Amino acid sequence: MPATFFIATIVLYFAGTGFFLAYLLRRSEALSQVSLGVTAVGFLTHTLALLTRMLEAGQVTLASFHEAMSFFSWALVLVFLFVEIRHRIHVLGSFILPLALISLLSAAALPKEVPTLEPVLKTVWVHVTLSMLGTVGFAVAFVAGIMYLIQDGLLKSKRFNVLYSKLPPLDFLDRLNQQSIVMGFPLLTMGIITGAISAEFARGSYLSWNPEQLWALATWLFYFVVLMGRLTVGWRAKRAAYLTIIGFAGVVLTFIGVMLKAHGAVA
Amino acid sequence: MNIIAVGLSHKTAPVEVRERLAVPESRLGEALHRLCGYQGIKEGVLLSTCNRVEVYAVVDDVDAGFARVQEFLADTHLSLSSEQLTPHLYWHTDGRAISHLFRVAASLDSMVVGEPQILGQLKDAFEASLTHKASGLVLNKLLQKAISAAKRVRTETKIAETAVSVSYAAVELAKKIFSNLNEKTVLLVGAGEMAKLAAKHLINNGVQRVMITTRNPQGAIELAQRFNGASIPFDEFRRAMAEADIVLCSTGAAHYLIRAVDVEEAVRRRMNRPIFLIDISVPRNIEPAVKDIDNAFLFDIDDLEMRVEQNREERRREAVKAEGMIEEEVAASLHWLKSLDVTPTIVALRKRAEDIKQAELDKVMARLGHLSAHERSAVEGLASAIVNKLLHGPLVTLKAEADSAGSSMYVEAAKRFFGLDATQLPPAIPAEPARVRDEEGRAAPVTALKQSDPSGQQEPKRA
Repeated sequence: MPATFFIATIVLYFAGTGFFLAYLLRRSEALSQVSLGVTAVGFLTHTLALLTRMLEAGQVTLASFHEAMSFFSWALVLVFLFVEIRHRIHVLGSFILPLALISLLSAAALPKEVPTLEPVLKTVWVHVTLSMLGTVGFAVAFVAGIMYLIQDGLLKSKRFNVLYSKLPPLDFLDRLNQQSIVMGFPLLTMGIITGAISAEFARGSYLSWNPEQLWALATWLFYFVVLMGRLTVGWRAKRAAYLTIIGFAGVVLTFIGVMLKAHGAVA
Repeated sequence: MNIIAVGLSHKTAPVEVRERLAVPESRLGEALHRLCGYQGIKEGVLLSTCNRVEVYAVVDDVDAGFARVQEFLADTHLSLSSEQLTPHLYWHTDGRAISHLFRVAASLDSMVVGEPQILGQLKDAFEASLTHKASGLVLNKLLQKAISAAKRVRTETKIAETAVSVSYAAVELAKKIFSNLNEKTVLLVGAGEMAKLAAKHLINNGVQRVMITTRNPQGAIELAQRFNGASIPFDEFRRAMAEADIVLCSTGAAHYLIRAVDVEEAVRRRMNRPIFLIDISVPRNIEPAVKDIDNAFLFDIDDLEMRVEQNREERRREAVKAEGMIEEEVAASLHWLKSLDVTPTIVALRKRAEDIKQAELDKVMARLGHLSAHERSAVEGLASAIVNKLLHGPLVTLKAEADSAGSSMYVEAAKRFFGLDATQLPPAIPAEPARVRDEEGRAAPVTALKQSDPSGQQEPKRA
């Protein structure tokens, strides 16, 4: 059952991505409703996939990388649908859906078996959930940053094309960038703290000073500086867009590092 | 009964001719009385704007109607002879006339396609005709239809969505930088007409705070009163730029008033909040190097004009969609007009009476049970006699009025009194091949609208 829902979700997100990209490049608004509908149905099957998997396993299954990536994709689409309902910025889907699809595909590529956890790690899902939600915030900030730079470039070069007409106003994108980080940062902070507590229970130390932990701390520090810079010395607009794009690249590298290490250890 | 449209517009006549024909509002009543005074003109509407002067009329005979309307137009200005007018006039009959009216209303025939004024002007012309009782059943209905079709075009296409004036293009650009103009501040530098117009558009779109500076302090104070803003001394306005989200610059100065360093300083003091600068002056007043400063967006008159040209392109694309809608609406109106013809109404009236009679007879026969043939024919005779006597008056009247000026009024009345739906009307004599295709695939015969004047199809002038 979960597998069927999972496959259906991949197909629907794939279609949603296709429709949203076509929407982005076409003058007509007609495709927006189709893309949205497909995405909404995909979100539904995705929710069912996650729920049925948990019901079958009899536990909150958010401990493996497969689950983490799938949950990340789900939360990303959830945030998109929320912003879409509030602000009707269809074009956001053209940027978020590809990202959701990529993370879902990477989830599909990872081992799917429900890991058997030692009792001491039963609550590791709290750490995973919080970290992932924080990452979703950074992902949305990243998308807003890319959209900002595109619109800024189009305005500066006076190229009033289809993309220009579909992208929202600059200050909307800047605000979306800010709000995403303001919400993502505390979530990631709590994710790191709960992770450290779990590590203390499991291994007897909060921090083992391994490269990926250090990299994660560096990322956290980076976003802390970005957030402070925005709130105090006006690191907004174009600079904030660049910084959040760099920051998200760091997040992605951390993930790849952690996953490679974990699976290398398994092998 | 035929509908004709005769007139001239920016497409067929130079302004020297249009301005002489134009009828000021104060003289509209008198003109309408004169128009309807001509023999054979039953209803009339006169549309007079700076871009067009047109007469829509319901006439008995097309050729005579054309001649009368041309006479009327030539008479509006003493220096114009009928012959001088001929090369500028266009002539439309029936379907073409209705189509022309609908296209004009939807702003598809306008100089700037999609401009909204024409609909208001048409409404005013309609009002005037109603007030002076120049229009009747047919034109009233057609004008209403034209207005509703125009509204449909406006809501269902993007024909009027984009800015086609330089001053409005500035507002459109501002909305791509700021999502909410309500909290924004505008700084108006200089008192150029275009900049004032742009400022007015911005205020209409929500901007509440306006700062004004002009070299002549008195001018700034006057403008500040007009825009409900604050005047700023000219030598201090560069400092005020830190507070301004939008700077509108339009002065007669021959050098750069705002240099890149000024904008850099303003952006720095704004903590990188974007600033939008519009330079509508020629020669330019803002140093072009400003475009290289992050978070400063500079547009000059050429940029705005390019935007306007692109929007015109967009409107032309939308106009194609609108033409399709207009075609549908015209077909529906032709269908209605056809139903005003007397013959189908008489047939429909007879059929309706016959249907009622038959239904009632069936009911009463069932209730009476077995009747002898004699009794049966007596009951049927009674029913027929009542129906025929009752219908005699209306039918005779309809036939008698068929060719009179008020025939359509009688037809409409008969249809309402007897509940004859237009869609149930049988087709009139299927002699004429002319058919109007409507979008639902029904073919509506238009025999009621005789295409008696083929030259009505030829634009822009009669052969």
